[in-house]
Amino acid sequence: MTSPITLPFSAAWHTPPAAPALIWGLGAVLAILTLGALAAALLPLVRPGKDYTNLRQRVNSWWVMVALLAAALLLGWQATTVLFAVISFIALREFLSLAPSRREDRLVILAAYLVIPINYAFVAFDRYGVYLVFIPVYCFMVAPFLMACIGQTQAYLARAATLHWGLVTCVYSLGYVAFLMRTPLTEHLPAGPAGMVFLLLFVTEFNDVAQYVWGKLFGRNKITPKVSPNKTWEGFLGGWISTAAVIWFLGPYLAPLQGWGRAWMAFALPLAGFAGDVTMSAVKRDIGVKDTSALIPGHGGMLDRADSLTFTAPLYFHLLAFFALERF
Amino acid sequence: MNLIRFIFLLVFAIPVARIFTGADVVDRQRLPKKGPAIIAANHNSHVDTLLLLTVFPLTAMGRLRPVAAADYFLRGPMISWFSRKVIGIVPITRTGATSGGPADQDVLAPAREALGRGDIILIFPEGTRGDSSDAMGRLKAGVARLAEAFPQAPVIPIWLEGAGRVLPKGTHVPVPMNCTVLVGEPLAWCGERAAFIDRLRAALLDLKAKAPPQHWIEPEQV
Repeated sequence: MTSPITLPFSAAWHTPPAAPALIWGLGAVLAILTLGALAAALLPLVRPGKDYTNLRQRVNSWWVMVALLAAALLLGWQATTVLFAVISFIALREFLSLAPSRREDRLVILAAYLVIPINYAFVAFDRYGVYLVFIPVYCFMVAPFLMACIGQTQAYLARAATLHWGLVTCVYSLGYVAFLMRTPLTEHLPAGPAGMVFLLLFVTEFNDVAQYVWGKLFGRNKITPKVSPNKTWEGFLGGWISTAAVIWFLGPYLAPLQGWGRAWMAFALPLAGFAGDVTMSAVKRDIGVKDTSALIPGHGGMLDRADSLTFTAPLYFHLLAFFALERF
Repeated sequence: MNLIRFIFLLVFAIPVARIFTGADVVDRQRLPKKGPAIIAANHNSHVDTLLLLTVFPLTAMGRLRPVAAADYFLRGPMISWFSRKVIGIVPITRTGATSGGPADQDVLAPAREALGRGDIILIFPEGTRGDSSDAMGRLKAGVARLAEAFPQAPVIPIWLEGAGRVLPKGTHVPVPMNCTVLVGEPLAWCGERAAFIDRLRAALLDLKAKAPPQHWIEPEQV
């Protein structure tokens, strides 16, 4: 648990060499994106009359997201930590802006943003033990105390719970992605820490897309009619099986996934992605919005895109920690 | 557009607006690309002006002129220089507007001149910042008089949701909160001031009803 403090962002910052499997993975993503861009360009010619603006916007936004994530992964843990701190900030801002709160909560909301640099500082200084408890235990106590000090007690429990829900999903859970990059190179990783993070991001997004495509093609029976009426059993099962297959077959090349770890990951990760998606849908339905913002053209807000990741990131991390990684 | 203003918008206003408000725009295509045009928005915070300055395309940004109170924005030489050269305000005298009589005709003269030059005038018809309680104040008649003087200039209603939370009147510490800029259909001059103000008010409330709930919950709405 205790490790000597290693100085982050030191003068001797050298970019780790990218593993061949990671390069192949990124190449495959570029190929898929090119196919998507071709489809978005050719569909209006082949089947005119429909509006393909959303498809085009979606593909264009994917280019930007993939470029940012790929650059961060190739640059190393420092860049990945900064990128995910920014992602956490945007997600938390979206959440706290839509969730019901009172004008008295204004300074507590400001304090909630300060949790982000502290949380990611534990990543930068490699303090895993402190990271684990900082938000779930200590922010959990301090934030309601600050709200109590303000003296506004109407709907107090609901407001305190809302704030904590936002911190755990947007900051603590997403922070695991950055912490995975701190896995020591001495461990037996087939494609380095970046390969592990790449697999997490790839299968999480693949699961989203696969569920959508299976649902579009064969969807009949609604699975969550009250929360997300577009989701179907066919989409859920199709996505689950395809993503499990991808994890089973590609997993060992990118992450230390063997034996039971490999089986559990293939079984559980698609479920977590689905659960994250549905849970955020319930939050949005409660608030009465369709999208959490208009940040990413064609997709909606940061939380619309990262909803599954807030559930898959901790599960992925903990399964790897349990079955393979000695550091965590 | 002068260089200082361009650099201010690019290096300060746009990043700050994006970080502190997210700067979401609904129906961006309705924003005018050239003047003369009049933007009429609700007003709760200094963030309103900052945000509106940054959502226009770069080509129209140089034409944007916020109408701002002379007593506040022209106090002292430094603030005055900043307001005129960097923000690009059109000053309006607030004390004259309440006295009535022929003198108040001249209050809007700088705004009319700017419209005559083909600028896009940004006006807050409530006349001052609200208390962020989210209710819209009474609309003053100045916007109708400008529309009457320039019937060829479209009046575009804009509802700003959430800016009153980022930096409410009387506070000094901004808190990042998502804001949404809802752009309405342009209104044409209808020939009568009171009726025009009523239509503008209805258009603004219509946009407000479509806004995401980026506002405080009031104590009774538990």
